[in-house]
Amino acid sequence: MINRLVLENLKHRRLRTLLSALSIGFQVTMILTVVGISRGMLEDSVTRARGVGADVWIKPPGASAITLSGASMPVKILEYFRKQEHVTSAAGTLVIPIGGVSTVTGIDLDQFIALSGQFKYLSGGSFAGPDDLIIDEWYAQQTKKKVGDIVSILNHDYRVCGIVEAGKLARLFVPITTLQELTGNTGKISQAYLKLSDPGKTEAVIAALKKNLEDYTILSIEEFVSMFNVNNIPGLRAFIYVIIGLSIVIGFLVVGLTMYTSVLERTREIGILKALGASPPDILRIIVRETLLLAFGGWLAGLALSFGANALINSLIRANLQSVIVVDWWPIALLIAVVASLLGAVYPGMRAARQDAIEALAYE
Amino acid sequence: MSSAAPIITAEGLKKIYHVGDVEVPALRGVSLSVPRGEFLAIVGPSGSGKSTLFHILGGLASPTAGSVTIDGEDLTKLTDADRTNLRRRKVGFVFQKYNLLPTLSAIDNIRIAQHFGRNKEALSPQFHTLLKELGIHHRLHHKPRAMSGGEQQRVAIARALVNNPAILLADEPTGNLDTENSEIVLHLLRDLNQKIGQTILMITHNPEAAAYAHRTVHMRDGRILD
Repeated sequence: MINRLVLENLKHRRLRTLLSALSIGFQVTMILTVVGISRGMLEDSVTRARGVGADVWIKPPGASAITLSGASMPVKILEYFRKQEHVTSAAGTLVIPIGGVSTVTGIDLDQFIALSGQFKYLSGGSFAGPDDLIIDEWYAQQTKKKVGDIVSILNHDYRVCGIVEAGKLARLFVPITTLQELTGNTGKISQAYLKLSDPGKTEAVIAALKKNLEDYTILSIEEFVSMFNVNNIPGLRAFIYVIIGLSIVIGFLVVGLTMYTSVLERTREIGILKALGASPPDILRIIVRETLLLAFGGWLAGLALSFGANALINSLIRANLQSVIVVDWWPIALLIAVVASLLGAVYPGMRAARQDAIEALAYE
Repeated sequence: MSSAAPIITAEGLKKIYHVGDVEVPALRGVSLSVPRGEFLAIVGPSGSGKSTLFHILGGLASPTAGSVTIDGEDLTKLTDADRTNLRRRKVGFVFQKYNLLPTLSAIDNIRIAQHFGRNKEALSPQFHTLLKELGIHHRLHHKPRAMSGGEQQRVAIARALVNNPAILLADEPTGNLDTENSEIVLHLLRDLNQKIGQTILMITHNPEAAAYAHRTVHMRDGRILD
């Protein structure tokens, strides 16, 4: 019977119920989208790193594994790597940030193809000149670029010579010598990839390299991609916590306001329930059930909205941000919505429970 | 009317409200005895204390002094939780403004009173007969906004009786009704009293309504007039 009363109360004020549920829904979407983008971008980085097809990854001392900024190593070191036992090919790349989380990657195309295999061209082909640019399909789709178009990167104009399938190393490729000269990194690379004749020898090769290159970070590709997690991105976990905190505050305020006005509006009804024998805990239970139902409805709306946000991000700005649906966060988002909503319902609920029956019955 | 032992006994009942630093006496020593099965009308002008008496007898307020017993239960010794229990088991209310829950149908308004009365039994055949006598059996699935004032008040009467209360307290039950519906409601109250021996206390300022009761008690300035 109480469930029917709760349901009818929510149905009776449809617009307010809808708006409240939507507000909670946006709170849920906010969490799911932030986590979805964080994970989507990390997964994309992992896919691109694995897509190279190398067995070992090497970076010089002091550089960040994620951004690859801050240091570089000489191109000549590739010769040293190629001489190592079990190493069949070595390729170096120069990674330069171009704003936000985007980078441009300089490659020696022949060297890179020898290690990684040919690019899958969707249109156009390989570099024909020093100012040529290969872009991946996501970048092409987002920026509406086609072969022959000019793209300005770091104040230098490049001509799009080929569009390749996404998922290998980077999104923007230019000849490494051009990028080295333009950025003052002549003869330098940011990272190196090694291909081995037998992947089973990876640990042995790494151990041998570390003897002479103590300060270098030398990892198997699997170790390298395992670094792409929330804990290794400076501030990302804190950022997610801030978003969760904000969403709890929003949920608390929305439900608090909704239930407060609802309780005020129903003062007389609360008086009637008390005259019928409802105790303060009975009244509190009604408010709590209404709140839980709102939170659950809001959560469902949030899930639906998060699918929309995910689709929108991936169709409009996939080259910059990648988003995935984070199903394992659905229960966490529900818990957050419920906790925030219940916090918001505490004061209105207590007020309703303590309402004097005579005053409530006299309320107009 | 039954001549059994009183179901309501009030002795020297006083109620003082505090408005800021000012004490406002609402009841100044009311003594009243109501035998089981009586239909009693309490008549008085605004401010006479009849509503305060209604609230105390209904367990909605506690007296400042004096004693009051309902069906053997001393109300002066009750805690808030005990008074809630008293309302569940022994009192049925009928209000001037019907006070039905607007979001629920007529039958659900009755069932929610059952729920809070901790009455888990299905509605009895006798109660269904009562619904027919009240003339609302065909309107049970309508919400209050789709019912006339007279129908709403008859649903309120059914709701007040669903838990077989010891006393039915009616506060100006015809105050919002036209003459025709007022007469219907008053006839129904008198029939309930006669057929099932329901004890009824009706507060009114209308002498014509009071004429339906066995006895009329007049109140003024917080006292019962002899």
